[in-house]
Amino acid sequence: MSRYYLSYMDELESEAIFVLREVWAQFQNPVILFSGGKDSILVAHLAKKAFYPSKIPFSFLHIDTGHNFPETIKFRNEIIKGFGADLIVGSVQEAIDDGRVAEEKGKRATRNTLQINTLLDAIELNNIDCAIGGGRRDEEKSRAKERFFSHRDDFGQWDPKNQRPELWNIFNGKCFEGEHFRVFPISNWTEMDVWNYIKRENISIPSLYFAHEREVIWRQNSWIPNSEFLTLDENEEVVTKKIRFRTLGDITITGGIESDADTLEKIVDEVSTMRQTERGNRSDDKRSESAMEDRKRQGYF
Amino acid sequence: MIDNNQLLRFTTAGSVDDGKSTLIGRLLYDSKSIFEDQLEAIENTSRKKGYDGVDLALFTDGLRDEREQGITIDVAYRYFTTPKRKFIIADTPGHIQYTRNMITGASTANAAIILIDARNGVIEQTKRHTFIASLLQISHVIVCINKMDLVDFSEDIFNRITTEFEEISSKMIVKDVRYIPISALCGDNVVNRSKEMPWYQGAPLLHTLETIHISSDINKIDARFPIQTVIRPQDENHRDYRGYAGRIESGVFRVGDKVTIMPSGFTSKIKTIDTYNRMIREAYAPMSVSMTLEDDIDISRGDMIARSNNQPQVTQNIEAMLCWLNDENAKPRAKYIIKHTSNDQKAMITEIVYKIDIEFLNRISDDKTLKINDICKVKIRTTKPLMVDSYRENRTTGSFILIDEMTNETVASGMVV
Repeated sequence: MSRYYLSYMDELESEAIFVLREVWAQFQNPVILFSGGKDSILVAHLAKKAFYPSKIPFSFLHIDTGHNFPETIKFRNEIIKGFGADLIVGSVQEAIDDGRVAEEKGKRATRNTLQINTLLDAIELNNIDCAIGGGRRDEEKSRAKERFFSHRDDFGQWDPKNQRPELWNIFNGKCFEGEHFRVFPISNWTEMDVWNYIKRENISIPSLYFAHEREVIWRQNSWIPNSEFLTLDENEEVVTKKIRFRTLGDITITGGIESDADTLEKIVDEVSTMRQTERGNRSDDKRSESAMEDRKRQGYF
Repeated sequence: MIDNNQLLRFTTAGSVDDGKSTLIGRLLYDSKSIFEDQLEAIENTSRKKGYDGVDLALFTDGLRDEREQGITIDVAYRYFTTPKRKFIIADTPGHIQYTRNMITGASTANAAIILIDARNGVIEQTKRHTFIASLLQISHVIVCINKMDLVDFSEDIFNRITTEFEEISSKMIVKDVRYIPISALCGDNVVNRSKEMPWYQGAPLLHTLETIHISSDINKIDARFPIQTVIRPQDENHRDYRGYAGRIESGVFRVGDKVTIMPSGFTSKIKTIDTYNRMIREAYAPMSVSMTLEDDIDISRGDMIARSNNQPQVTQNIEAMLCWLNDENAKPRAKYIIKHTSNDQKAMITEIVYKIDIEFLNRISDDKTLKINDICKVKIRTTKPLMVDSYRENRTTGSFILIDEMTNETVASGMVV
């Protein structure tokens, strides 16, 4: 066999770098959407590679629900400082205080959908014409339909039935004033690919991904971390378990799994034998069959 | 962990009636790529709909509208990995009104699966799907003759359909065709070898996908490096660094190679090839790198670096096969933006040479309108020269899109003849 071929991991890396360089070349004011989760950390790492020896030419935008894991915020500040990049924070708490959005009511109220408004406000306020995200097509069925370059109208909405065709690797990022793009450089990566790559490159990730002792409660078939934002039901009790998180989001809705995987090697082994999808522990996706599609149409990540 | 394995991108064209969704569901299920919560979800749906078993086709359910209508409208991408390879499936609709989506899915594929219902044999749709595979130069076509369980696993029927297919494909350019008799519903010859068809000596579908030789699919001869952007760090240590960043789209470049920068025609030598904190001696497609040159030359996005003894054509006149993708018809003599590699120029369609009737695959030369899903041969003139190769030789430097300036929409895709 010819030696002139890339392993799939190198091909995925090259594709993502190509996409990131297209973003830089085609847009005026692109940002990286940064949640502190592994996918956005991966995107930042790839951006570092794409423009080396220059520093990452994008600012970072974090949409802060106010319901954070303290570990995430600490990690966020350190990593962005390390990149020498600017951080823009869109605060859901401020939007609530200003009366632009109202907290959801009811027993399972979350701030998940409130992020949409804050995100769109931040995009408008900062004249952002492209927001780079860590979304992957294998995560969820409406994401499976996403383009690399995904157009949003001037209300920030996604129209999945009327997407621009995307052929070969030619990306059309042209849009009118007020519209913007979401770009997903790691569209073709799976959860397994992300972990294998993080291990290969030895990328540092928040401690929350590793197994650790934590106070949790059992809710909707997963271990929800105990926090000041949680209201306990009568029959719920706080217990201490050794858990880790497969995805990171709002602390009130991100469920952990029981695990002993406290190194990257062990995580890769664990993920490869996993029989549940990673978003299976995210109650934001469980609300209905088209929960993600509906949020994405409105402008969600 | 699998590391040194290749990525195979394949497309499946076909309609629900051919069993396309069932086939993909079967492939994912039998290769253990489906998670328990996904399986539970479709077990529930199958039960609600009153099916006996689990309907594997439900794995490929997409958007709400698609679920309601039971069809695929847009391309959906799916992923699975075996110990041998990683796969990306571009799952595309098969109906004639979604030809453009089929073309989109086919544009990045190494292989195409064409499904034929064993009861119906080769039909118009089969011809159309094969034509698209040939138009987009997909290197490998795997013809799956499905629903063999409904024709008593008959070898005669399989042979008859193979002969029919050979007749139509002989008129097109399809390099590598394989035939596999399958039953997606029962799982015969998808992942596991069929017990019902001992007469079939070939490999099941998954094994075929795992072993097809794809290393030669990328052009290794004509070295092409379109510049995406120039990296100029603003710090002390790299004051004079000018890295030309891009992805090698074909061929191999080595340090010391004599290169020509196009369209200016200046020549220089490659000084370094850099990837993240590592300098390498040689780089090949599809690697993303940045290069530095021995001489100080003005180079920017849209330019291309090629080896001096092997250059693309520099031209303002292009003949191409064009597929119209937009609801609005092409406007005669209107200007469009042509996007070719990292180059944006203005362009005009100066002539529609002929159109192809995608139902019967004849040429039509008296119809000069271009409407959605039309495929035609055109002549295009650009305001500035482009560096092109024929699509047959080079999928990247031979392809382009047209953008309507008024709407910013991608209205056509083209392949240089």
